[in-house]
Amino acid sequence: MAMTTPLQVTTGRLSVPVTDDDHLRGPLAAPVTLLEYGDYQCPYCAEAHTAVRGLLEQRPDTVRFVFRHFPLTNVHQYAELAAETVEAAACRDRFWQMHDWLFEHQKQFNPGYVRVASEQLGLPPDAIDREVNEHLYLDRIQRDFAGGIRSGVNGTPTFYVNDVRQDGGYTLPELIAAVDAAVG
Amino acid sequence: MTTNSTGADMPGPGQPAPGFRLGGSGEDLPGAEDRISLDSLRGAPAILAFYPADWSPVCGDQMSLYQLVWPEFARYQAALLGVSVDGVWCHRAFADSRGIRYPLLSDFEPKGEVSRAYGVYDPVAGTSRRALFLIDDEGVVAWNHLSPDEVNPGADGILSALEQLHGKRQLVG
Repeated sequence: MAMTTPLQVTTGRLSVPVTDDDHLRGPLAAPVTLLEYGDYQCPYCAEAHTAVRGLLEQRPDTVRFVFRHFPLTNVHQYAELAAETVEAAACRDRFWQMHDWLFEHQKQFNPGYVRVASEQLGLPPDAIDREVNEHLYLDRIQRDFAGGIRSGVNGTPTFYVNDVRQDGGYTLPELIAAVDAAVG
Repeated sequence: MTTNSTGADMPGPGQPAPGFRLGGSGEDLPGAEDRISLDSLRGAPAILAFYPADWSPVCGDQMSLYQLVWPEFARYQAALLGVSVDGVWCHRAFADSRGIRYPLLSDFEPKGEVSRAYGVYDPVAGTSRRALFLIDDEGVVAWNHLSPDEVNPGADGILSALEQLHGKRQLVG
């Protein structure tokens, strides 16, 4: 049957609003929200991590940053494991410490490093290792992933500024420009 | 003369999807001589994803991403097919390296013939452009989308179009 009415399709818009369940860095009431769907084993995400830190330093009152999981499990063997590790840390209020640690130790990370990371951050290595192996946090990670697909995530990292996908680059100057443009 | 820089030559909603019969990589194409035709896909929706080339230097390029989204497409019983002008052996090496199991079709000889029929061949680059087509159960285009070459469109548009195409039909799985 021929279509009589064209389908109404919009793309590249954040489909899952930011809530209290999200991992958020920066002032709650900041006028601009920069949201990243990322993967701890993606080298481009590691580069972007440095740029995002720089952005938060240079625009401390303007921007808040949200990170969601988008592990590319078919190309990054330990991406899901890393995401599970950071969620175990999040349950102990150490999400951002583990987030930073994972990007800073990206090249070394493997299953043995779940314990190493936990010890270095003063977290209980046995408990974290067990929770990761029992996939206690996998549902949440898969929820993030599914929401990312629905939002038009097109690789890692994918950034949104106030719910709109950024198809440009993510160097520090580019992120600053995107945030400043959103403030108006 | 129309150009395809705006997608003006792309078959649009309500128009018949041009037929094709191509080989490539994937579970449904075990032998190098095996082919998939549009006619063989009748009875279920099909997603055609044209893209410029295998081996783009990013993590989670469009075709790798679609492998991860494939189960979602399958809920709508939709076939997913990537198409580029890369040869069959190139597709196979690329698919192996990224774990891509759905078909990547090779629009290789005559070069770009199917891409031209869909209005998405870039004669300067000699490659397909980045374009999506959703084809309904009866071989009619339901939705299309042309992206700038450098912008991977993601999967949200396809899912939204599939959802609307199916309306209230019960999902599988």
